[in-house]
Amino acid sequence: MLLYILRRLLLMIPLVIGISLISFGVMQLAPGDYVDQLRQNPSIKPETLARLREDFGLDQPAYKQYGLWLYRAVVYRDFGESFTYHQPAFTLIKSRLYYTFLLSFWSSLLAWLLAIPLGIYAATHRNSFLDRILNFGAFAGVSLPSFFVALLALMVAQQSGWFPVGGAQSENYDKLPQIGKILDTAHHLILPTLVLGIGGVAGLMRQMRGNLLDVLSDNYILAARARGLSERAVIWKHATRNAINPLLTLAGYQLSGLLAGAALVENVMAWPGLGRLLLESVQSLDLYVSMASFVMGAALLVLGNLVADLLLVATDPRIKLG
Amino acid sequence: MNDHSPSEASDVPPSSAGQMVVPPAQGLATSPGEPLADGPTENQKRQLLTGGAARGLSAIPTSPTQLAWRELRKNRVAVWSGVLLLFLYLIALLAPFLAPYDPQDQVPGTLSSATFHPPMRLRFRELNGKFHLRPFVYGTRQGFTPLREIIYATDPAVIHPVRFFVPGAPYRLFGLIPTSIHLFGVENGGRIFLLGSDEYGRDYLSRLLFGAQISLSVGLVAILITFSLGMLVGGIAGYYGGVTDNIIMRGCEVLMSIPDFYLLLALAAALPATLSPVAVYLLIIIILSFIGWAGMARIIRGMVLSVREREYVEAGRALGLSDLKIIRRHVLPSTFTYAIVAATLAVPGYILGEAGLSFLGLGIRDPMASWGNMLSAAQNITTLTSRPWILAPGVMIFITTLAFNFLGDGLRDALDPKSRKLG
Repeated sequence: MLLYILRRLLLMIPLVIGISLISFGVMQLAPGDYVDQLRQNPSIKPETLARLREDFGLDQPAYKQYGLWLYRAVVYRDFGESFTYHQPAFTLIKSRLYYTFLLSFWSSLLAWLLAIPLGIYAATHRNSFLDRILNFGAFAGVSLPSFFVALLALMVAQQSGWFPVGGAQSENYDKLPQIGKILDTAHHLILPTLVLGIGGVAGLMRQMRGNLLDVLSDNYILAARARGLSERAVIWKHATRNAINPLLTLAGYQLSGLLAGAALVENVMAWPGLGRLLLESVQSLDLYVSMASFVMGAALLVLGNLVADLLLVATDPRIKLG
Repeated sequence: MNDHSPSEASDVPPSSAGQMVVPPAQGLATSPGEPLADGPTENQKRQLLTGGAARGLSAIPTSPTQLAWRELRKNRVAVWSGVLLLFLYLIALLAPFLAPYDPQDQVPGTLSSATFHPPMRLRFRELNGKFHLRPFVYGTRQGFTPLREIIYATDPAVIHPVRFFVPGAPYRLFGLIPTSIHLFGVENGGRIFLLGSDEYGRDYLSRLLFGAQISLSVGLVAILITFSLGMLVGGIAGYYGGVTDNIIMRGCEVLMSIPDFYLLLALAAALPATLSPVAVYLLIIIILSFIGWAGMARIIRGMVLSVREREYVEAGRALGLSDLKIIRRHVLPSTFTYAIVAATLAVPGYILGEAGLSFLGLGIRDPMASWGNMLSAAQNITTLTSRPWILAPGVMIFITTLAFNFLGDGLRDALDPKSRKLG
C-alpha cells in the first residue's frame, strides 16, 4: 500500500513539471508582460521600468526564466514572487487554497449526502412519480450553468437579507471572537456551497441510481432475496455497498468539474478562492502567481484522483494495487 | 458502421445477427386489423429466416441504424428535445429576420435614451377596454430620479400597433440575400422592447436572437473539431500502440490533469485586446476544442485497442490495405456510435464553457452578443435585482443544455443495446 502511494507520488513529479511548463507557455502566449502594463502609467520613469524588469527577471529569454523558476521551486520551494502583491506567490496561494478547499469540501459533502439516498430511492422506486421528478431534476441540475445559479442566489441574498451578498468575511471579521469568526465564515459559506453542490447532486444521483439498478439485477441479490432476507437488508447491506464503488472513481474525475464550477462561483460570489486568484493574476499578467495557482489546481486534481483510487481499494476487495 | 455490417451479418449465423435485431416483445406489432390465425405471422416468419433472407422482407427495420432510430422514437423526451434543438438552430439561422432591430442598434427612437428599458407588454385590449385585433404596445414616458437615474412609465395615450414584415435595418439573410424586411416592428419612431433593453439601450430580444447564433454555433463547431482531433489522435495511438501510444497518452494525461476551466481561463485571458470580435470568436472555439480533445482521444484509443484485434482488421491487413485506410474505413467506424453519443453529451459543456468565459468578460466581446456576455451585466447587484429581465439568456442556456442532455441520453439508450434493459 505504502509503496503504491509512493510510486504514485513519484509519478506526479513529471506530471507537475509538464503542467508548469504548459502554464508557463500559456502565460508567454499573452502579449507583453507585467511591466508593459505599468508603462501606460506616465508617472513611472523608463529607468524604473527597466530596473523592475531586471528585478523580476523578465529581461531574460523565456527558457531561462522557466529554468530559473523551476530550479528555485525545486531547491528552495520558492515559487516566485507576486508582482502586484509583493508577496511570495506561495503565501498568497495558501490562503486562497484554503478557501477553495473549504468550498469544494462542503459542497461535495453536501452532494454525496443528498445524492446517495436520493439515488437509492429512485432506483428502488423505479418509474414511480417521484423517480421521474428526481430524474428530471437531475437533468435540470446538470444543465444549469453554475454562474447563473450563483446569480440567482445573489438575488435571493440581496432581497431576503438572510445571507451576505458575496465575499467570505464580514467587515467586522477581525474584531470577532474565535467562535464568531467561524460562524461568520460559515454564514458566508452557505450560499456558495449550495450553488456548487446542486450540480454535484444531479450527476451523482443519476450515477447512483444506474449503478444500483445494475447491481439489483445481479444473481447474488436474487440469492439474498431467496434466502429470505428483508428488502432493507438486501438493499442496504448487499446492493448499496457494491453500487457505491464506481462512484468513488467518478468522484476523482468530478473533481475537475468541481474546481471549474468553483472558479465560476468564486468569481460571481466574490469568494476569495484559487479560481478567483487565477483570473486576477492571469489578467494582470502576474506570471508566477498564475503559474503557482495552475500547478496547485492541478496538484489538487491529481491528489484527488489518488485519494479516490485509494478509497476504491479500501472498499472493494476485488481490486488489487497494480 | 454500414461499411462492414452486411458482410458480418451474412457470415455470422442468425443466432447473433437475426435475434439481436428482432426484439420479440415489440418487433412489428401486429395491428388490430391483421389476421392472426392463419399461418406464421410476419413476426414469426422473420424469426425463422436467417439474416440475409430476413433483409429481403422490405419495410422491416433491420439495420442497426434503423433499429436505433425506432428505439429513439420511443423516448418521447429525447425526440422533443431534438425537435426543440432544431427549432432553436432554425431561430438562430433566421435571427436577422426575426429580430426587430440590429443587435448593435442603440437608437432610442423618440425616447431620449433607452438604457435598461423594461420589457413591454404585448396587448390586444386598451386600458379603457377597447379591443384591437392587431396587437399593440403602449408608448413610454421617461423621467429622471433626483439621482439622474432614468425611470420609465407606460403611456396609455400613445399606441404603437405592431406591424408585420416591416422594413428596418438592412441585413443579408443566410449571409446571401440582401433585404431589410423584419418579421415585426413598430412605426412612427416608436421602439418595441418585448424583452426590455440593455444598458446601452439595445433591444434585448434582438441581442438574444443574435446571441443564439454565437452560443449555439460555438458548441457545434467546437465539438466537430474535438471530435475529429480525438478520433485522429486516439485512432493513431490505439492502432500503432507501443512508443507512439505511450507518448501520445502521457501527453493527454498531462493535459487532463489541469483543471480544464483553469486552462480555459488562462488561454482566453491571453487573447490580445486588439483582436476583432470575429477573430476572438474563432479563437474561443479553437481554445474550447483544444481543452476537450484529450479526453475524447483517450476513450477512442481504448476502443481502437480492442477493435484492432478483430478478424476483419486482420483481413484488411492480409489484403495489403494501408494503415491509414484500415483505420479510417474499418477501425474508426466501429467507434462511431460511441462518439456520436459522447459528442451530443459534450456539446452542453462547450456551450457552458463559452457562456462562463464570456460572462467573465474573457470570451465573446461586445458589441457581438452571446448569451454569456449578455449576462455579465448581471454581475452588478443592483442591476440584477431591479432589472431581472437581463437573466433571460441564462434561461436560454439552460433550455439548450437541457435539451442536449436529454437528446444525448436518449441516443445512448437507443444506440447501446446493453443499456436497453434498464429504465
